[in-house]
Amino acid sequence: MNSRKILYFASALTSASFISGSALAVTEISWWHAMTGANNEVVETLSKEFNASQSDYKVTPVFKGTYPETLNAGIAAFRAKQPPHIMQVFDAGTGTMMAAEGAVKPVAEILSMGGKPFDKSAYLPGIVAYYSKPDGTMLSFPYNSSSPILYYNKDVFQKAGLDVDNPPKTWAEVRDAARKIKTSGAAACGYTSTWLTWIHTENFAAWNNYQWGTEENGIAGPNVELKVNSEPFVKHFQELADLAKDGTFKYGGRTSEAKQIFLSGECGIMTESSGGLGDVIKSGMNYGTGMLPYDTESQNTIPGGASLWVFGGKSDEEYKGVAAFFNFLSQTDIQARLHQVSGYLPVTLAAYEKTKADGFYEKNPAREIPIKQMMGKAPTENSKGVRLPNLPQVRDIMNEEYEKMLAGQQTAQQAMDNVVSRGNAAIKEAMN
Amino acid sequence: MLLALHPTPVSFVCDPLCNAEGKRALHMTPRVVFPNKVLPYLLVAPQLAIVLVFFYWPAGQALYQSMLKEDPFGLSSRFVGFDNFRKVLSDPNYINSLEVTLIFSVATAAVSMCVALLLAVMADKVIRGKGFYRTLMIWPYAVAPAIAGMLWLFMFNPSIGTLAIGLRNLGIAWDPLLKGDQAMVLVVMAAAWKQISYNFLFFVAGLQAIPKTLIEAAAIDGARETKRFWTIVFPLLAPTTFFLLVVNTVYAFFDTFGIIHAVTGGGPGKATETLVYKVYNDGFVNLILGESAAQSVILMVIVIGLTAIQFRYVERKVHYG
Repeated sequence: MNSRKILYFASALTSASFISGSALAVTEISWWHAMTGANNEVVETLSKEFNASQSDYKVTPVFKGTYPETLNAGIAAFRAKQPPHIMQVFDAGTGTMMAAEGAVKPVAEILSMGGKPFDKSAYLPGIVAYYSKPDGTMLSFPYNSSSPILYYNKDVFQKAGLDVDNPPKTWAEVRDAARKIKTSGAAACGYTSTWLTWIHTENFAAWNNYQWGTEENGIAGPNVELKVNSEPFVKHFQELADLAKDGTFKYGGRTSEAKQIFLSGECGIMTESSGGLGDVIKSGMNYGTGMLPYDTESQNTIPGGASLWVFGGKSDEEYKGVAAFFNFLSQTDIQARLHQVSGYLPVTLAAYEKTKADGFYEKNPAREIPIKQMMGKAPTENSKGVRLPNLPQVRDIMNEEYEKMLAGQQTAQQAMDNVVSRGNAAIKEAMN
Repeated sequence: MLLALHPTPVSFVCDPLCNAEGKRALHMTPRVVFPNKVLPYLLVAPQLAIVLVFFYWPAGQALYQSMLKEDPFGLSSRFVGFDNFRKVLSDPNYINSLEVTLIFSVATAAVSMCVALLLAVMADKVIRGKGFYRTLMIWPYAVAPAIAGMLWLFMFNPSIGTLAIGLRNLGIAWDPLLKGDQAMVLVVMAAAWKQISYNFLFFVAGLQAIPKTLIEAAAIDGARETKRFWTIVFPLLAPTTFFLLVVNTVYAFFDTFGIIHAVTGGGPGKATETLVYKVYNDGFVNLILGESAAQSVILMVIVIGLTAIQFRYVERKVHYG
C-alpha cells in the first residue's frame, strides 16, 4: 500500500519535472484578445496552427472581455508590471496606446527582429497608415479591420417599387429611398445605422473629404480642435433628425444594436461595418450591399476594428517569438483565408490579389466593397483616419448630443456646437 | 467520533480558573471580565485583517489616487491636491448625475417598498399555502442584477419586446433609446422589481411581530380594515420601514450598476447616468483616473453618512409594542 503510494508519487514527480523541463525550451507568448463566438474560434485555431508549425514558441490566447475591458485589463497588468506580450486594442483605443510611448514597442521594430526585413509596402496602405506614427513607423499589427458599407433588404425594395439591383449611392438618394419605403408601407422604417460616431461622423468626413478636426484629424499631432460643427455635418445631421421625427430613420443605439432592427425586417436600409456581413447572411435575408453613401463625390473610407499591440520590457527571445507569430499571420494563405472566412479586410496586398484571382469576389461581391472604398484614392489629410488620446470619451460626448438631437430636444446645429465645445474641452483636459 | 463530541464545550472555551472568576463577576457586577489580554485581539485578528486588506487599503489607494493626475498607464503622475474634487464638483455633468441618482433612488425605494408592503399585507392574510406564496415572492432576489436588467430590456425592447408592442398598441410612443424619462422608468422598474423580495421578507417579519391582540381589540372597537392598517399596523411597522428605506437607498445608490449597464448604459444623453455609473464611465471608459477616484471618495463619504444614520436612528428605535 505504502510502497505503491511512494511509487506513484515518485512517478508523478518525474513526469512533472519532464513537463517543466520541456516548457523551459519553449518561450510562451501571451495574447490577450476580445473576440467572441466564431471570431474567438479563429483566434484559437490560428494559435494552434502557429504552435504546431514550430517548436520554439507557444502562443497562448486569453479572452479578456469586451474591447474596453481588454484595454483596461492590459493597462492594469502594465501598472502591476505583468503585461501580456500581445494585446488586441480596438480602433478608438489606438490614440491611448500611442500616447503611452514608454509602455509599447513598435511592431515595425519587432518584425525586423524576426530575421526578415520589414517591408511596409506589402501591407494595405489605408490600414497601415491608420496604425502608424506621423513619421510612418508602424506601431501595431492590424488584425481585424473593417469599414462601413450599405446593406439593403431586397424584398422591402421590391415592395416599395425601388430598383432592387441599384442601391442608393448618395445620402440624398438614401433619404428618398427611405421615405419611399416608409410611405409605401413596405417596412415600418426606411433607414437605420449602427455607430453614428464611426460611420456618420468619422467616416462621413473621410468619405466626403470634409475636415473632422485639425492636425489631420489627430494623425499629425494630438492637439486637435474638432471641426464637426461645419455646414456639411450640420446639414447631414439635421436631415437625419428630420427623418427621425416620423420614424423614417430609426435610432438603434450607440454601437451595433441597430443591426437587430434591420435583420428583423423593420428597416429597409442600414449602414453598418463590413464585419456585420456574417450576421446578415446568417439571418437568411434576401439582402444586397452597396458602397457607403456620400454627398457628391467619394474619397476613401477609414478602417475600424482592432490591431495587436506589443508591450515593452520583454526579452529579445520573447520579441522574436512575437515576430515569428506576426510573420505567420502575414502569410498570404493565412490572410486570404482569414479574409474569406471571417470577413476582416486582408492585411497584405498579396492576400487581396490571391482572393481576387481565386474568383472569390465574383461570388461574394460584398467582401470587396470595403477594400475598394479604402483603396480607391490616395488619402487626403481629411481621410487618413481619426486619432485622439481620448477618442472613446469624445465619441461618448457625440452620442449623448446625437441622442438629445434625435429625441427632438435640440437642433443639429446646437448638437454639433455642443460636440465641438465639450469635445475640445475634453481633449484639452486629456492633454495636460 | 461520538466521544470527541461529548466533552463539555465550556472546558474548551474557558479554563476552570476563568470560569470561576467569570461567575464571581457575574454575581457582583453585571460586567464580565475577560482576563486574557491577547486572546481577544487574536480572535478578531482575522476579521481585522480582512477589513484592512479589503477596505482600508483600497480606500486609502482611492484617496491617494484622487489627489493625482496621471495618464492611464501611470507613466507620468503628479500630485494635484484637491484639484480633482474641485473639477468634479464644478462639472455640470456631475451635478446632473447627482440629480439622476436622487430621482432614481427615491423612485426605486418608493416603488419597491410600496409594492412589497402591499404584497406582505396580502400574503399575511393568506391562510392556506402561506409558505408557498412567500417562497415564490422571494425568488427574484436570487436573480443577478445584470440578468434582471436584461429581462426588462427584452420585455420593453421597442422592436421585439412583448410589453413594448402592447404599449405601442395603446398609442404610447415607447422609445427608451431616445426618451430619457422612459429609460428612467425602465431602470427604476428593473431595480425595484429586484428589491421587492427583500423588502417583502422584512415586512412579513415585521407584520408577524405586531401583537394580534392589538388588532383584535381595534376590531372589537369597530375599526375597519383600512383604519386598522393606518392607525395600528403602519405605525408599528415604522422601524422596519425606516430600516428598509436606508437599505433601499444604499441599494439604489450602489448595487444597481449591473442593471444600468445592461439596460441603458447611462443613456440616452446622460439621463440614467447615476453617480456609480459615472465613476465607472470616467474611470474605465474615459480613463480619467484621478477624477474617477475623487468621485468614488465622495461616494464613500455618502455611504459612511447613510450608515451612520442607520446606526444612530434605526438601531435605537427598533422597539416593538
